[in-house]
Amino acid sequence: MSTAEPRELTFAEAVREALTEEMRRDLSVFVIGEDVAEAGTPFKVLSGLAKEFGLERVIDTPISEPGFTGIAVGAAMTGMRPVVDIMFGDFITLVMDQMANQAAKIHYMSGGHFKVPLVMRTTLGATRRSGAQHSQSLHALFSHIPGLKVVVPSTPYEAKGLLKSAIRDDNPVAFFEDKMMFRMKGPVPADDYTIPLGVADIKRIGTDITLVGTSSMVQVALAAADQLAKDGISAEVVDPRTTFPLDKITLIESAKKTGRAIVIDEGYCRYGVTAEIASVIAEGAFYYLDAPVQRMGAMDVPIPFSPALEDLTVPTPETVAAAAKSLCTQN
Amino acid sequence: MTHTIHSSARREAEILGSLQPDRALHLYRQMVRIRLFEEQVNELYTTARMPGLAHLYTGEEAVAVGVCEALTNEDYITSTHRGHGHCLAKGGAVDRMFAELLGKEAGYCRGKGGSMHIADPAKGNLGANAIVGGSAGIATGAALSAKMRKSGQVAVCFFGEGALGQGLLYEVMNMASLWSLPVIYVCENNMYNEYTHYRETTAGEIKARPEAFGILAEVVDGQNVREVYGTATQLVERARRGGGPAFLQCDTYRYHGHYVGDIDRAYYRSKEEEQQWITQRDPLLLHSAWLLEQGMVEDADLQEIRQEVQAEILSGVQFAINAPYPAAAEVDENVYS
Repeated sequence: MSTAEPRELTFAEAVREALTEEMRRDLSVFVIGEDVAEAGTPFKVLSGLAKEFGLERVIDTPISEPGFTGIAVGAAMTGMRPVVDIMFGDFITLVMDQMANQAAKIHYMSGGHFKVPLVMRTTLGATRRSGAQHSQSLHALFSHIPGLKVVVPSTPYEAKGLLKSAIRDDNPVAFFEDKMMFRMKGPVPADDYTIPLGVADIKRIGTDITLVGTSSMVQVALAAADQLAKDGISAEVVDPRTTFPLDKITLIESAKKTGRAIVIDEGYCRYGVTAEIASVIAEGAFYYLDAPVQRMGAMDVPIPFSPALEDLTVPTPETVAAAAKSLCTQN
Repeated sequence: MTHTIHSSARREAEILGSLQPDRALHLYRQMVRIRLFEEQVNELYTTARMPGLAHLYTGEEAVAVGVCEALTNEDYITSTHRGHGHCLAKGGAVDRMFAELLGKEAGYCRGKGGSMHIADPAKGNLGANAIVGGSAGIATGAALSAKMRKSGQVAVCFFGEGALGQGLLYEVMNMASLWSLPVIYVCENNMYNEYTHYRETTAGEIKARPEAFGILAEVVDGQNVREVYGTATQLVERARRGGGPAFLQCDTYRYHGHYVGDIDRAYYRSKEEEQQWITQRDPLLLHSAWLLEQGMVEDADLQEIRQEVQAEILSGVQFAINAPYPAAAEVDENVYS
């Protein structure tokens, strides 16, 4: 239990506070990436960090994502705990070898001798009018690779507690922050709390349908649940908080209770996080389900620039509520 | 930091001038160990007792030995798919290496790594890597870590000239130079990117590439173990003093194919070329001739070394053949720490 006074922080402030606390606690933690030091990143998430910890621990790099990610892997193998900053989640395609072939496999390939305690912070999320190469949610790519863990925080509270756990974890962890949530405010205890990786959270209790949401889609699901309540439909909202490890039990138990489920995630629907979670629920709760598990993700198109088109590509409270209503009125 | 060729040559002469007979003989013993190890691997493979792939280091022994003898136990190396020589030169044990090659639990990686992924943390070997150039980041990161921890360690990144085509190498050399990291990039130029001569894949001069980043670059005869050792020692000393990264191009040759199954090689290199290297440029023959010429040893001493190492190899391979495979329950252990 937190004994601190309730206070509100933005999502960005919560991330910064987690990093600050961990860098004070553990001298082996350092930040590396493009414009992380004086600039504090384009999103200003890291503002002030370089001032407190110096340029030796908040390291500005050239624009060389594979290079500085590889350097972080080597540092992590030899006693450091790097936190790598990849400015836009779209750029994880540039570091795929270092993450999927190196970081993810080194512990296993070495028979357990080496550890890679590395955190890669990056972003996801569309509707920022940034075009097809700055708007994707590619966390499913990392979720596919054994050896990696993937965190998708949904609130400032989750951001702080999960990031601290990620930094203390001895495995490579990818931490995806929705760039549209950086200014979102929420209660964040001032004390040193952590949230374990692999434990889902029920954000709203309901009885008629389960809405599984990840990252900012938790907020979409909660807004949809408000709308559904007006129509007499009681929606339960479940936040897995990590796509790996995945808290299958909480997901399955919720679906068993409500008999219906929609999985909402901002990644592409095709072969995505929604597919994995829907199959977990279908396999685990099949005999309790009154309707097929439904999936809602980003449309399977490159994210368009035009606001008129971009807004069509992602789930909204309205589309989720409509889908839920339709599911609840099926026999 | 300026570094003239003159002072470099003088320092090399000092290092080699003070080369004690026991060290000179140890260089020979280590090369013999690699040579006989690889001959045994070839035998295991061609008699179908070894699964998977084997990329033999035969012919390139002077590079691994000359460089690793310039390092301490605590210094780091990263290695390649052609990595058995690096592992042995850094102090790896023959029996545990054979066990790894055969996928046995007693292997360095409990059989989970295999020939292309042997790692030996106790000796600073951060692992072989099956992605060409893939360990350039790891070696540079180990150097950054050493600098941040003020440990005085140096990291060596071994790679073949084929890795010169990989962008990662240039990204990390840029950062190593900017941040003055204690890392030595050792380019083993055996002239063939798999089945293609490097002149068909590599524009300009190799040395000009690191020099473009302001990295001190040296080119040595990779068949002359003393020259490799002397130059590597200087570069390692310099890096340890805070002088920053260096690039060491070692011109060498692999006697076998790209991997043991690469038998018909005439379409990319001639038998005459191979024979010339094997008979005229062999690193073991060159060094043993020098040892004899210096009067440091007699033929019988060298013969004794070869016999001792051969006994070690035979006992190591027998250990590996008799060792058990990992239990089935191991398959999903060590995925996460």
